[in-house]
Amino acid sequence: MQWEPVIGLEIHAQLSTRSKIFSGAPTAYGAEPNTQASLIDLGFPGVLPVLNEAAVRLAVRFGLAIGATVARRSIFARKNYFYPDLPKGYQISQYEAPVVVGGSLTIHPEGGESRRIGITRAHLEEDAGKSLHEDFQGMTGIDLNRAGTPLLEIVSEPEMHSAREAVAYMRALHVLVRYLRICDGNMQEGSFRCDANVSVRPKGEAAFGTRTEIKNLNSFRFVERAIQYEIERQIDVLEGGGTVVQETRLYDPDRDETRPMRTKEEANDYRYFPDPDLLPLVVPEAMVEAERQALPELPEARKARFVEDYGLKPADAMQLAFDRDTADYYEAVARVCGDARLAANWVNVELAAALNREGLDVACSPVSAERLGGLLARIADGTISGKIAKQVFEKMWTEGTEADVIIEREGLRQITDTGALEALVEEVIAANPKQVEQYRAGKGKLLGFFVGQVMKATQGKANPAQVNQLLKKRLDE
Amino acid sequence: MSLSDEQVSAIAELARLSVPRDALRGLAQELSAILDFVAQMNAVDTSGVEPMAHPQDVPQRLRPDEVTETIDRARYQAVAPAVSHGLYLVPRVIE
Amino acid sequence: MTGESLHLESVAGLVRGLAERRFSSEAVTRHFLDRIARLDARLNSIVTVTAETALDQAREADGRIARGQPRPLEGVPLLHKDIFCTQGVRTACGSRMLDNFVSPYDATVVSRLRAAGAVMLGKANMDEFAMGSSNETSFYGPVRNPWDTERVPGGSSGGSAAAVAARLTPAATGTDTGGSIRQPAALCGITGLKPTYGRVSRWGMIAFASSLDQAGPMAVSAEDCAHLLRAMAGFDERDSTSMNRPVPDYVAALEAPVDGLRVGLPREWFGEGLDAGVAEVVESAVAVLRELGAEVREVSLPHVGLSVPAYYVVAPAEASSNLARYDGVRFGYRCKDPRDLHDLYVRSRSEGFGAEVKRRILIGTYALSAGYYDAYYRKAQQIRRLIREDFLRAFETVDVLAGPTSPTPAFRIGERTRDPVSMYLSDVNTIAANLAGLPALSMPAGFTAGLPVGLQLVGRDFDEGRLLGVAHRFQQATDWHRRVPPGFE
Repeated sequence: MQWEPVIGLEIHAQLSTRSKIFSGAPTAYGAEPNTQASLIDLGFPGVLPVLNEAAVRLAVRFGLAIGATVARRSIFARKNYFYPDLPKGYQISQYEAPVVVGGSLTIHPEGGESRRIGITRAHLEEDAGKSLHEDFQGMTGIDLNRAGTPLLEIVSEPEMHSAREAVAYMRALHVLVRYLRICDGNMQEGSFRCDANVSVRPKGEAAFGTRTEIKNLNSFRFVERAIQYEIERQIDVLEGGGTVVQETRLYDPDRDETRPMRTKEEANDYRYFPDPDLLPLVVPEAMVEAERQALPELPEARKARFVEDYGLKPADAMQLAFDRDTADYYEAVARVCGDARLAANWVNVELAAALNREGLDVACSPVSAERLGGLLARIADGTISGKIAKQVFEKMWTEGTEADVIIEREGLRQITDTGALEALVEEVIAANPKQVEQYRAGKGKLLGFFVGQVMKATQGKANPAQVNQLLKKRLDE
Repeated sequence: MSLSDEQVSAIAELARLSVPRDALRGLAQELSAILDFVAQMNAVDTSGVEPMAHPQDVPQRLRPDEVTETIDRARYQAVAPAVSHGLYLVPRVIE
Repeated sequence: MTGESLHLESVAGLVRGLAERRFSSEAVTRHFLDRIARLDARLNSIVTVTAETALDQAREADGRIARGQPRPLEGVPLLHKDIFCTQGVRTACGSRMLDNFVSPYDATVVSRLRAAGAVMLGKANMDEFAMGSSNETSFYGPVRNPWDTERVPGGSSGGSAAAVAARLTPAATGTDTGGSIRQPAALCGITGLKPTYGRVSRWGMIAFASSLDQAGPMAVSAEDCAHLLRAMAGFDERDSTSMNRPVPDYVAALEAPVDGLRVGLPREWFGEGLDAGVAEVVESAVAVLRELGAEVREVSLPHVGLSVPAYYVVAPAEASSNLARYDGVRFGYRCKDPRDLHDLYVRSRSEGFGAEVKRRILIGTYALSAGYYDAYYRKAQQIRRLIREDFLRAFETVDVLAGPTSPTPAFRIGERTRDPVSMYLSDVNTIAANLAGLPALSMPAGFTAGLPVGLQLVGRDFDEGRLLGVAHRFQQATDWHRRVPPGFE
């Protein structure tokens, strides 16, 4: 039988706010245990939540970016369950009335067709703390620093049909949330995590199969592996005549398999009800308008514009457009040097390699966009060759100087004086009579040899096209 | 409305409370009596009535995104039953 | 006034006397501490006495008065219900669960009263987590009614009410979720006010039912309550449900005339179950209002009869969630040698909570559970709206509503503990104001069979000033509130 996997993702993006969603405690990562947990985050008797304006603003921004409806009125509810990393015994979340409803996202699966995936909803909620299972006198240690960190839970429609599509969706979302500057996307630190709902059904069937939920996937690779494993496992179960059990599973990367969680989510009766400590959230119209005005050009649109206006290849355009800092950098370089394709090539190759070598973000590049643009302008106007430009770039990188300063200081300007070049051409011809003879006997490929000799004599500073022309003229006499 | 012993046990488990076996029947009867009493609400047709979660019909106020809390872990943990290295301790949790 | 009768001074009288330096705050404070030490064994109204802090605060107050910098309640002693978090002082909320809980912070009510110069004598006994109408559910034992120590003081602010009635403190704070200020005020013969929901901050007030809980003053007279409320009320950015609107000068507003006031008597409060003696007292109190110039007419609140059933869904549901944080991990009671996490939760909670609290957690858990939410919680919230609409309709024709605070006077200790529903019905007249969020006050209206009877007044949103003013006029014309229980003179 042919099976069709059905996958929906729930992605938790930590919102980049200074303080927590319901308290004025800091959100910094990596602090000493329980030093970022206020009385509110610890759920002490008598404390109360007050909603952070920035969390709402970032959710609104996301909603606008995916073409969703920003709910005029939404409700915070309590999700009740006991767990040691959940201090109050309930999580404040949104249930029946989320702040963002609908919307969609374009994905580009590797080797597949780009398509749009529907987003059901996105809602605000608070994160839980962490249980540290290392041995503390035979006990588990609880760190509540992360408790109360704002999360946007983004729920997709069950519209993906392969692990590859699921990863493509997760990547597209990762690009978008960073683009919007609502989440730093740091997966090691848990800022961007994924729960995957997976089921399979006979191809052509409309009804869904029984699904399992794989929790807490924190890398693209794990998402792909875990879903792939789970699809195969479910197909094996069904083909073996068994039934899939609805359950929550964990992915074990060491063994590359999923297994049921041992702590059963007790009958899943969360007893949601509106949080009586929080009145209805009414998003101010002015906030929506301000966010709409400030919304940046989004990655898909920017990529299309790069292809259209700058004549870039789609793959190059995507590489540039899908990171906002890179795209901004690129556009500045292109503006300064006046050659968009040259700029694309340099940003994607030379700059990317240098940044990668030193593990830097483009925002921290020692060579600013204006200066790289200045360098490329010198290639464009024929002052230096591309090859010399690479040398200049290395010096700019380490010294932090402008291209023109280095070009002048090092005397790297191309030799374009015809008289000087003609003299060099004469010297080279005189020094290599044998090659001249062979060339004239029809071995035209030797032209390259003569060009090389001239370039060598000028330490690469001659304009290769000009040298070529002069040599040809002289040899063909 | 009459709650069975099993229902009472299930609710108690959700609430993380234990009910001794011999107290189960009595508690089930007490709770059933309360539910019977509460069932008087059914005498009124409330279809179309918007549930009222709060007396004041005003929107939620938002707080500026600023760090305003100073955190004194030692003081907060002075009332904790078991801590070590700044962590709250609980019996081993296995996921 | 001599030192021996300082306890008969009103809050207003103490403020004046201290300002005029007729006596010192230290002397006043010592006087009340001494009365507590001598007399509270009969009542069990106070669970923690903070004598040293009180005397320090009193001396500080005397210093400020001497420097001519007194604050509005400078040097006036009072008690806090043990539901308010008090930094460095045990805050047990009547529960074994919090018997060892020393709060690391102050409730807003506590810090505001402190900032107004008040001196804290200690913490008042109460029903466990404010769940009770008789103060019999306290881990620290029942409080006794000073008018008859075989009877209950009412609840849940029973310790506050009994202590004020016995003149062990000039005033106390209370909280009211379904009548927990007004019913004990009525049963002990004092004045108590539950403000409009959102008028007083809930920060640091241990939550029972968050959409109903409100803190308020309890004192001998409306005038004294006005002094306290002026300091307690106001916007607090730490409470999302706190209303940002100015606080009127409740003391200055006391003198507003009653003439022309339209008083409505909801017929539902005068029906079945009303004790004949209580009815008689209430009638004569209404007659006094009429003599003062009020226009009295009958009104109807058609859905108010459903307030107790609706309340016993909403309050336990919210409580079941509010009390989930007591899990033996970060504070409070933890069972000995838990076998595993589940055992830690179940035993800590089962051993730490008393029977009534557990009963309400179970009811609330059930009401919120899958398949029952609509039938219970949603239904109750709909009834709640109907009740509020009833009130708003009544307030189109009258300015305040009046009736008996409690259908009976104080009952005997143990009389209703066997039957939870009969206990719940002691709040039949008070609960509606919580569901509707409206301000309501209870004041001494007379006696039946030697026991005090309270008259309840309910007002429009944020109309506390009018309620206090009406009560003040009434108290100028009567002296029920000045009666002191025998043995506590």
